[in-house]
Amino acid sequence: MQEIVQYLFSGITTGAVYAVIAVGLSMLYSSTELINFAHGEFVMIGALAMVTLWVRIGLPLPLAVAGAVAAGCMLGLVFERLAIRTARNPQPITLIIITVGASIFLKGAAMIVWGKDPFSMPSFSSHESIEIFGAALLPQSIWIVTAALVLAGGIHLFLKQTLTGKAMVACAVNKKAAWLSGIPSEKMGILAFGISAGCGAVAGIFIAPITMSSYDMGTILGIKGFCAAMIGGLGSLWGAFAGGLLLGILESLGAGLISSALKDAIAFVLLLLILYIRPGGLFAAKEAKRF
Amino acid sequence: MMTDKNKTIWIEYLVFLCVVSAFGLITENTYYLQIMTFIGINTLLALGLNMLMGYTGQVSLGHAAFYGIGAYTTAILSGTYAINPWLALVCAVAAAVLIAFIVGLPTLRLSGYYLAMGTLGFGMIVNIVIREWGDVTGGASGFVGIPVLEAGSLVFMSGASYYFLVWGIVFAAIIICRRLLASRTGRALRAIHDGENAAVAIGINTHALKLEIFMFSAALGAVAGFLYAHFVLFISPESFGFMFSIKIVTMVVIGGMASVWGALLGAAVLTLLPEVLHGFAEYEMIVFGTVLMVVMIFMPQGLTRGIMDIIRTARRARA
Repeated sequence: MQEIVQYLFSGITTGAVYAVIAVGLSMLYSSTELINFAHGEFVMIGALAMVTLWVRIGLPLPLAVAGAVAAGCMLGLVFERLAIRTARNPQPITLIIITVGASIFLKGAAMIVWGKDPFSMPSFSSHESIEIFGAALLPQSIWIVTAALVLAGGIHLFLKQTLTGKAMVACAVNKKAAWLSGIPSEKMGILAFGISAGCGAVAGIFIAPITMSSYDMGTILGIKGFCAAMIGGLGSLWGAFAGGLLLGILESLGAGLISSALKDAIAFVLLLLILYIRPGGLFAAKEAKRF
Repeated sequence: MMTDKNKTIWIEYLVFLCVVSAFGLITENTYYLQIMTFIGINTLLALGLNMLMGYTGQVSLGHAAFYGIGAYTTAILSGTYAINPWLALVCAVAAAVLIAFIVGLPTLRLSGYYLAMGTLGFGMIVNIVIREWGDVTGGASGFVGIPVLEAGSLVFMSGASYYFLVWGIVFAAIIICRRLLASRTGRALRAIHDGENAAVAIGINTHALKLEIFMFSAALGAVAGFLYAHFVLFISPESFGFMFSIKIVTMVVIGGMASVWGALLGAAVLTLLPEVLHGFAEYEMIVFGTVLMVVMIFMPQGLTRGIMDIIRTARRARA
């Protein structure tokens, strides 16, 4: 019992991080139909920017978080402007390779700026861990889950309540029709890029205290994020969120109860099962299925 | 009777054979021979994936899995169980083809990004199995003790002999791919690329054909893995991971999709580039990433088509 609760806690924690990554990917996909293989690198940038701003420079926590998110967003926008928009007549496979190139580039740049050594970071608050059913709940876990819920809730409100958000949904449903009714669909794509990169950075910021951050941490997190988004249903916000949580919990339970060696395989076995049985994802709205 | 098209094909083959043998006979430097051997091995991988991706339009982000299956099958059979490596080659190809069949059956029903993610997942699983099945594969620290290839009194050690072995196989593979593409099957593959529904409508069993070409590309991948294992004599899981799958895809796309010589060019560029970039030391990754992005942004059709376009515009400007 105690063990299982402990696994659940750690599963929900990593799951929330996957969820934030998946939400970013999913947002970007629904507005631009682009799968961004550099997404994991924004997670890395968020984590390492946090190390610099909060630990090294000693900015107050909220300011450091804002700075790291801004760094992620800015990089996302620069990447969109320089690499994605300049590509003429883009085929999906060309775009995939451009994002892979960007991923290698960002990794290389981060290696020069931050070096090859991994960094650790203290937890955001120095509270003691809370004991529930004999299992320890780390304060950082509460931070992470809260941040993930606030972020996803915020995006939900943005898409449902604001005019810009509704315009973005319109672009996701049908780009041409949205353009015909006067929505600047290109700008919406840029905005989606910014938000998506920002989500990546948020995931990095909150994961930094519970893992080691280094220039090469992003790739595997990005891929796990894809798995989560695919499991939940590409293009659906809460689907991606649920997919992330589910993946985190199953990984943690699998690692604890079966074998830690196979932890990484769980995500991919789950991915294949979903693709074979329900390719639209577990929670996908019907229109999200495009192929 | 020889048509013009046939003539150019024969001229291309002749040029290819001359260049390859001239390089092998003249070069004494083992480093250059080694790089050229790697180019040959990568060409096999790119050729196989090109059949699937370039001609049939099915993206695979897990091709390194078959490369790994080929390498590890021959390593385990000939290293651990001392089976004749040539027999191990047959087993390696058979294993890769069988796994391709089992995996391809459900996976190839997917399309677009879903197919890409499915193959990615498969590649990751194979890599994790190789890494974690330590008793058999040597695990993360790698597999040591792969025997050297021999045929009669001929020993294929690194150097000119291995170079000729690899490029001989590459030449055979190019001819096989060419013949296949010129056949009815080749036309059917292109039909699937252009429109799967239309292909079904004119009576092509698209699923069976996609599966067959997937198995064919897996077989070529396994041969490449076999050649790699007996060349470097030490293999570890990193050589067959996700990044290498991406690298093979990049070879195909950078060289130019749906072009046999494009696969060769792409493999050459992507093998040579890291060697050249060693000079940049820590800036290597930045330069590599930039090259990928720039080529894809300005020559989305790949280098073969891109360079031909540049030459054509230059000619037109002169006229």
